[in-house]
Amino acid sequence: MNGIHDMGGMHGFGRVEREKNEPVFHAAWEGRVFGLTRAYRHLFNIDESRHAIERMAPIDYLGSSYYERWLDGNVRLLVEKGVITREELERRMAQLASGTDPAPPHSDPKLLERMLRVTKERPHYRQPGPPPRFATGHRVLTRNDAPVGHTRLPRYARGKHGVIDRVHGSYIFPDTNAHGQGEQPHALYSVRFDAAELWGGSAEPCAPVHIDLWERYLEPAAPARSTS
Amino acid sequence: MSGARDEHGHHHREPESVLSLRVRALESLLIEKKLVSSEAVDRIVGAYEQDIGPHNGAKVVARAWVDPAYRQRLLADGTAAIEELGFGGVDLQVVENTPGVHNLVVCTLCSCYPHALIGLPPVWYKSFEYRSRAVREPRVVLREFGVDLPESVEIRIWDSSAELRYLVLPQRPPGTARLSETALAELVTRDAMIGVAVVPAPAAR
Repeated sequence: MNGIHDMGGMHGFGRVEREKNEPVFHAAWEGRVFGLTRAYRHLFNIDESRHAIERMAPIDYLGSSYYERWLDGNVRLLVEKGVITREELERRMAQLASGTDPAPPHSDPKLLERMLRVTKERPHYRQPGPPPRFATGHRVLTRNDAPVGHTRLPRYARGKHGVIDRVHGSYIFPDTNAHGQGEQPHALYSVRFDAAELWGGSAEPCAPVHIDLWERYLEPAAPARSTS
Repeated sequence: MSGARDEHGHHHREPESVLSLRVRALESLLIEKKLVSSEAVDRIVGAYEQDIGPHNGAKVVARAWVDPAYRQRLLADGTAAIEELGFGGVDLQVVENTPGVHNLVVCTLCSCYPHALIGLPPVWYKSFEYRSRAVREPRVVLREFGVDLPESVEIRIWDSSAELRYLVLPQRPPGTARLSETALAELVTRDAMIGVAVVPAPAAR
């Protein structure tokens, strides 16, 4: 989707501000949002999760902090999946505000074990798929497509020529996985783009961008003509 | 746009008291539905606040500096090479800085970052400023971080758009030939492993 999250190359945001001695979480609720998201990862996949955040209204996205966007996306998905309702959440907020928490304590050693294992095990995103069509050094052209759904081909790299830098193997396809259309794993590549191809004459010198792109984003391109 | 800045200068759409209450309510509902436990959330928060951080990645970098065979394995298959040191949970691609190439990692679409090796990303890494500009004007951004590289050095930007995470293997600073692997690891910073800093020589610190 042509979303506000797709920010690569946008102008006007200003200097990158750094914070000295930055804590991991700036408030307890941020840590809870992070931990909760890890804990119920089995309820939805990472691509659904990202797409939920991308669907925030642009003005809300820009006006929110990072974990506020996570919270918004989480609630959106939990409601869409029928796990909770917005009314239920409002009611619970009112109950907690008046000092009562009706939830009985719940212990789940298996959940805990699974969550801690995830920080050690190899992720499952790499899955067997068809053999790659391209090899290192092949010239490719990215599709000029503006899908309404989730995609990981950034807008700034659509319809651009690049060169396959590395064949990563077969990975779950976010564009389908975010929409209940299956994992459809297939070849993922690191594609190198010259800065001038992306940004034209005002590009910085010697600053190529590498983007990880799935084969379905790519078409074969004719070998480069010499431009120098 | 509504909202306010908190004490750290971050924008929020809602007051923190409301956000905090909503998160508590969400956790309470999910506990009631037996989908999460507070203990599990506590443990995850604790792991990222205490155990998982840049000191992990620094060990990987220091090993690569002292052991050329390990460096080769790390560059060829980062995922397998970090498992040798007991780290995991990430599909990893390591990119190496050389006198002619400086690598810079960004995620323009969200906030992808190698948590297992350098912890959770700082706010600036997730900021609109960094995400929009790192691909478009990396030399200007690097200068804001105090890294001024000549135009003869290629800046290689890695936009982390897939389930692969990128870690920069910085150049080993001069004057460190006698340092132990442990002492070398202490020189390595988070920012150097993202590519917005170089590792300074010990005398310069």
